[in-house]
Amino acid sequence: MKVHPVGPDAFLVEPDHADHVRALYADLLAALPCRDLVPGLATVLVDGPADPAALRDLLAGWSPRGSGDEVRSDAVVEVPTTYDGADLDDVARRWGMTRAEAVATHTGTGFVVACCGFVPGFAYCTGLAPELAVPRLDRPRARVPAGSVALAGELTGVYPGESPGGWRLLGRTDLRLWDADRQAPALLTPGTRVRFTEG
Amino acid sequence: MVRALHVLDPGPLATVQDAGRSGHAHLGVPRSGWLDGPAARLANRLVGNPPGAAMVETTLGGVTLRAGSALTVAVTGADAPVLADGRAAAWGEPLSLRSGQVLRVGPARVGLRSYVAVAGGLDVPPVLGSRATDTLSGLGPPRLAEGTVLPVGPPMSAPRPLDVARLPRVDGLLRIWPGPRADWLADGVRRLLDEAWTVAADSDRVGLRLAGASLPRARTGELASEGLVLGAVQVPSDGQPLVFLADHPTTGGYPVVAVVEADDLWQCAQLRPGDTVRFVAHRRQVAG
Repeated sequence: MKVHPVGPDAFLVEPDHADHVRALYADLLAALPCRDLVPGLATVLVDGPADPAALRDLLAGWSPRGSGDEVRSDAVVEVPTTYDGADLDDVARRWGMTRAEAVATHTGTGFVVACCGFVPGFAYCTGLAPELAVPRLDRPRARVPAGSVALAGELTGVYPGESPGGWRLLGRTDLRLWDADRQAPALLTPGTRVRFTEG
Repeated sequence: MVRALHVLDPGPLATVQDAGRSGHAHLGVPRSGWLDGPAARLANRLVGNPPGAAMVETTLGGVTLRAGSALTVAVTGADAPVLADGRAAAWGEPLSLRSGQVLRVGPARVGLRSYVAVAGGLDVPPVLGSRATDTLSGLGPPRLAEGTVLPVGPPMSAPRPLDVARLPRVDGLLRIWPGPRADWLADGVRRLLDEAWTVAADSDRVGLRLAGASLPRARTGELASEGLVLGAVQVPSDGQPLVFLADHPTTGGYPVVAVVEADDLWQCAQLRPGDTVRFVAHRRQVAG
């Protein structure tokens, strides 16, 4: 594990394997108050820890428990999806599958939210088999429909609102991914399990 | 009579700002908030507000506001003319406006952003605990426009004029701490420190963008997106550094090579396109 200072008041923690980020994030969230705790794809940023000495102690003794694949809760968020995205045929072709097989592959995958970013409520979900990774579009679209379910690399994401986007579109959901007035404004938060369902 | 400020002219960009909404970065929510903390907090003290009360932050051209009722206001930040009903009024002091009086904060002579605080604070609905406008994500109140009505809360305590409110000097020297990815640059932070940088015209609340020598990479490949801090000095693929400010994205995939000292970030709020910036290594060591 590497611990990089980021200015005088923050630390970027980089576990030896990106798979360990979820467990590390869960442990830090439970034990160490700070201004912001931001998981990334391979790191956790601890911004403004209330007790830097306690942080150092926790990190010095830290190792992932069990498989290192911990998630914070057993709850699974289902995302009902209409699989009619502009890039679905392209993705199916890249996967060497029919449209129906590609949809079944996606709905048959158990995803986990690795981190959020880009816009409020946008969740980067891991879980897709590495050999199914697809590149981003060469030229991003100026506008992607709100609720679009999309792929880039090995990641699946859902665009909470209309925005520019370079990910490949599989379909759309009517779920409100982001609602600032809700008690839990983001539907998909780091560590959440996600399943996409057809319909 | 309703306590409110009526916007007659928002200037190039005027927004509602307060201390921001940290604590939600893990959801992709920027912290936002006023760019020049010392100036904003001074304005709140002058009108007797709690330190986090919401106010107007303006850019370059200033702002014109009409008092909907008798209000006390104060203007801080950039060196800009202050006029009440067209007559010169004091900068950096509490001002009593009668109902219907028009306050004009003129174009900044030195610096870029002015702050207009009103006793009672701006009482727009908060989002995630803050009234700040986030220009990156769009959270918070919309940007001020002609006709916007800004409700004002009841005054909290008496205005407090200071003996002397000094205009801060912007010298463009920004102290930096080590950043996590300095090893991604061929020369580490040496060239960052040696070069003079020019503030680019596309600087905004998201970042102070700098033009100058292109900083060469030590390594190719991409960095997996990682969390960003306020004041992070990031070097994208064009080799031109930028300093992330209040509306910065929560994660980024380009290397952060340094972090600007928090006490120097107010300068980034007041530097204008064309101004010179130099980075200086922070003398104090980070506690091991």
